[in-house]
This record gives sequence, structure tokens and C-alpha cells, in this order.
Amino acid sequence: MSQLAPAAGDVGAQPRAAHALRYLLRWETGLAIVVIGIGVLGTSISSGFFSSGNIFYLGLNSGEIAIMALPMTLIIISGEIDLSVASMLGMSSAILGVLWSHGWPMPAIFVVIAIVGVLAGTLNAVLVTRLGLPSLAVTIGTLALYRGIALILLGPSTISNFPARYTSVGINPLLNTDLSWSAGIFIVLAVTFGVVLHATPFGRSIYAMGASPEAALFAGIRVRRVKTILFIVSGLVCSFAGVLYTFRLATAVQDNGLGLELDVVAIALVGGVSIFGGKGTIVGVVLAVLAVAGIQNALFLSNFNQEATGLVIGGLLLLSVFVPNLAFLSARARRRLAGTRRAVPGGAP
Amino acid sequence: MSAVVAPPEPRGTRADVRSRRLTERVFRARESGIVAVLVLFVAVTAAIQPRFLDSSNIQFVLVNTTVFALLALGETMVVVSRNVDLSVGSVLGLSAYVSASLFGSVHGISVMVVFLVGIAIGLVCGAANGLMVAAGRVPSLVVTLATLYVIRGIDILHVGGGEVVASTLPSSFTNIPLYTVLGIPYIAIAVAVVVGVGAYYMRSFRSGRELYAIGSNPEAARLAGIRVGRRVFTAFAVSGAIAGLAGVLWAAQYQTIDSSAGTGYELQVIAAVVVGGVAIFGGSGSAVGAALGALLLNTINSALNVLGISSLWVEAIAGFLLLLAISLDRVISVRLATALRSLRARGGA
Repeated sequence: MSQLAPAAGDVGAQPRAAHALRYLLRWETGLAIVVIGIGVLGTSISSGFFSSGNIFYLGLNSGEIAIMALPMTLIIISGEIDLSVASMLGMSSAILGVLWSHGWPMPAIFVVIAIVGVLAGTLNAVLVTRLGLPSLAVTIGTLALYRGIALILLGPSTISNFPARYTSVGINPLLNTDLSWSAGIFIVLAVTFGVVLHATPFGRSIYAMGASPEAALFAGIRVRRVKTILFIVSGLVCSFAGVLYTFRLATAVQDNGLGLELDVVAIALVGGVSIFGGKGTIVGVVLAVLAVAGIQNALFLSNFNQEATGLVIGGLLLLSVFVPNLAFLSARARRRLAGTRRAVPGGAP
Repeated sequence: MSAVVAPPEPRGTRADVRSRRLTERVFRARESGIVAVLVLFVAVTAAIQPRFLDSSNIQFVLVNTTVFALLALGETMVVVSRNVDLSVGSVLGLSAYVSASLFGSVHGISVMVVFLVGIAIGLVCGAANGLMVAAGRVPSLVVTLATLYVIRGIDILHVGGGEVVASTLPSSFTNIPLYTVLGIPYIAIAVAVVVGVGAYYMRSFRSGRELYAIGSNPEAARLAGIRVGRRVFTAFAVSGAIAGLAGVLWAAQYQTIDSSAGTGYELQVIAAVVVGGVAIFGGSGSAVGAALGALLLNTINSALNVLGISSLWVEAIAGFLLLLAISLDRVISVRLATALRSLRARGGA
């Protein structure tokens, strides 16, 4: 917005200009610029930034978080949240370890894990949609419950004698590419989730219920059914991420993926998904994955304290809420300075 | 009561009184319910294993609860106003390290000064949260998720690979959790008093009541002339200061402090608060209930330990209890609403 424009008087011209500006100033556009900037920064730090080895590790290290961020995006857009994702990953990892150590064949284990993932998602869904409990509280409860089940199953033991055929997902890239298996799977899932969210009635209904659950209900959208499906998909996808995680590290321990839930939520929010629901795109979340993974990798190459890279996630998160708010905040500040205290239309986006 | 035209005065009043009495009874039942579960748990455990009531074990449980009860008090203030503070664990960690390291760097520093420094660190962090939430008009979940990362990152950069070890701490500091009166640790009594004062403030002071009003309906609170921004800011600042205080106590208890102190506490504290009957979307609940929730979770932890049930079960049971608590709450509130409606119908007839 032009600094020269007076505080009042530009009301008539505003809608059309604001419309064009909004497209230019979409959060996704900004994120894309950030991602390009990180690429430039990365190559200036180390010439190996875009080397095939580095791209492989970049995908490898962020694969599971990125995969879990996809169902999380849909759930947050629908107006709910799922904090149990990392615990479902841990539970799936524990089941994999225990059943393998008891000599089960891998295909049977995968079936069990898929079923448990569906059940875990169903429990979340039932408590949220049938009992009408807030998902924030429910999934903090199941976060503890599912992690607790992983603890009970595995105890302090570590299981790591998985066959090399499977653990190679942590060593070998996808055929003829620089991508890790998890990165490849993420791309396929991202396209799938993107199509479902943006190009199907099901996806549109997710936005509708996130924007206004009551209006969605009155419009004939089966809100509870859609949310149930979303939670179950989240359970299934997180279980799958647990299998990938276990094979990548070639170990099943009870604290696999501990605390990742907040990373997953943070990535979705950095991607421009509104915590209040009803807003967000898969493109934004994919860009957020690239930005966060890229920054972490660049910092790693520059010998920055690896544990402190959370600073970057936090900083991006703050940017993601404050930058879209800037126009509103500066307008309010100007109004304050001008001394005309009119009601603010709209409020925070 | 909406469009009903003035029912006969005495009848309406009587129904009001009766419904208020019912409401009060249920609210009281909420805290007495936790106490009942607590007593039951202690009784059963003590019957099986009398060692559970050893004074050393009681002291252990009470001292362990102090940190969580304090954090629960601050979190209650924030949650009641329909916000959430996810940064408490990181604030605790930063305060614990910085304050305890003062003993090594400033010779002969008094314990009181160290406590003040810890509180000041927490206050600054909390004020930053409050400023961003209240003035920036951004959702507290996002802001405090970001500061969770940022404050932890600052902590990690500051600490580096180092740690504070017990030998650098004066005995006047490390003995704080050990002083007892009649077998009850001083520190537990002090925290109980602080929680009691906090609960009394929220229940009986105007600015405390206003937090509930904001949490019940922020828009209505604003229209009623409540300074929403100021109250929310204060709640976050107090929550931060309390987390800072809890950090110093944590340091006195554990005596070895590195950059991971308090990691993951945020969700445990919210679990305690929710178990203690504070509604996650604001407007109801008390700090006493929240502190009792923290005591209950710690007691269960210790009971399972004493009973020889593997500590592996603790987390799953805590998660199950949380789900049970919110589900029961829901059932009770639905019953209550039905009861009130029938009372009203009779009162208006």
C-alpha cells in the first residue's frame, strides 16, 4: 500500500487494487521467493548445495515430516488439529519392531500397521465428531496414549535387525534420481492431496466447514463424515510414515519421532494455512517444506549449531502470521496516529 | 433467555436461583471429582503397597508436582481467556539455565536475586508473547508455537554444549526442595499458597473475572467495555513470569541443567490443566483444579512406580485419563444443559 495515499478517501479505488495486489502478495508468492533465496544462499555457502548427494539427504531428512504435513494441512483447513501424528508414527514404528522381532513376515506386519493406523485415526475422529470434543484436547490425550502404547510394546529395547532390502530406503535413492524414497512418496502424495483438496467437491467442502461449520452443515455438507475421513487418513499416512522412519534409521525405539507433531503443525502454518481453518493451499505447504528443509540444510552446511535450527522454523512461523497482517496493522497504526478511531472492518485475516 | 416477554417476577427469580445453585453444585463437583479420584487412587495404592504413604514418597510426589502446579496456574490464566501458551517449556528451560549459571559466574550471589532473575526472564518472554497476541492480533497458538522454537533456539545457542552441574550450586539453593514442616515440603506449601492466591484473584477480582468473560465470548467482552488486549497481555506476561519462577525451582530440584530442560512440558501442562477441568476453549475452570490435575498426574506416575507396574504404562494411562476426563466433562455438561432447559421451561410456564 502506498505511503502517500491518505488514510481515508481511497476507499473507492481500494477493492480492485487490493484484488490485484492480493494475488501478487499471496503468501505462496513470498514463500517461493524465500525458497529461491535459500537456494542462492545455499550455493553461496557451499558449492555442494545442489549436488545430488545433498539433495538426497535433504529429502531423506525431511521426508516423514513432509508426508505427515499433508493430512495435517487438510485437517487444519477443516478447522480441527491433530497433535497425535508423531505418536502414531512412533506407535507404528514400535509395532513394526515388535512383530518383526517375533518373526512375522513383513507383508503381514504392514497390514497390521495399516489397520492400527486406521483405528488410531478412528478413535480421534469418534471423540471429535461424535462426542463433540475439541480436537486440540483430544489429540493431546491420544498423543500421550499412542506414545504410551509404543512404550508398553517396546519398552527400553531397540530392534534393529531389519532386512537390508527394506532399510535401503535410508541409503539408496529412487531409481535414477537424486530423490530419497520418502521424497518421491511425498511428491506423489502431495499431488494426490492437492487434487483432492483443490479440485474435488470433497476438497471444497473441507474449506467450507473450516470457514463456517454451521453454514457448511446447513448447506448439506456431511461435516462429521468428512472430518472422520480426514482423521482416519491422517492415521493411515502417519503409520506409513512410521514404517519409512523405522527403515530409514534401521531402528525401532519407543521414542521414534518424539515431538515431531509441533514441527508438522509449524510447517503447515508456515505454508500459509490458517489455524482458524478455511484457508491454505497444498502448494504453500510444499513450498514451506522446501523452505524449512533448505534452511536447515544450509545452516548445517555452514556449521551452525544443528539443534538451534528451530530458531528458523520459529522465525518463519512469526513471519507467516505477521506479514499477511502488515497491511492491517499499518492501517491501524496510521489511524491511531491520525487520531480517528473508527471501527476496524474485517480484523485480522 | 431470549425473546420471552417478562415472565412473572418471583417465578423467574426462583428458577434463576435454582439453576444457579445447580450450576454451582456441578462446578464444585468438578474439583471434588478430581479430589475423589485422587483419594481413591492413593487409598487403593496404599492398601496394596503401604510404602506409598512413606513420608519420603509423599515429599517426592509433592516436590515433583510444584513445578507443574505453578506452570498450570499460568496456563490456566491464559487458557481461560481462550488462548494457549505453548512456550512455557522453553521459557522454563531458558530461565533454569540462565539463573542457575549465575551461581558459577557471579560469586556469592544471593538466592533471592537468582529467583528474581529467573522471574524477570520469564516475564520478558511472556510479555513478548502477550504483545504479539494482543497488539499483533495473531492467534496465540501460532505465536507461542513460534516462540517455543525461538526461545529454545536462543537457549541452545547460549548454552552451547555446556551444562550447569550440581557442584557449582550453593547448598542454600539445592536445599530448597528439602526443607519440610510436619513432613510437608515448604516449597509445596508455598506453591499451594501461590496457586490459591491466583485462583482467588481470578475468582473474585474484577480483572480476573474479565478473563473468564473474554474466554466465554471475546466479542461480547469487548463490547461490554473490557480492555481485551490489556487483559490478554497481562495473562501471557504472568504465565511467562510463573514459568520463569518454575524454571528456577526446576534448577534447584534437578541441579544438572543443560539446554534440554523442560522440553515437551507444554503439552503435559495443558494435559494437567484440561484434566483439572479448565475448558480448552476458555471461559471456565479454576487454577486450583488445574493444580489438582497436575497433582493427580504426578501421583499416578508415582503410584504405578511404587506398585512395581512398569513406568512404561504411565504415559498411556495419563493419556487415557485425559480422554476420560474430557469425555466425562462433555457428558456432564450436556446433562446440565438439559436439566437447565427443563428447569427454565418449568420456571417460564
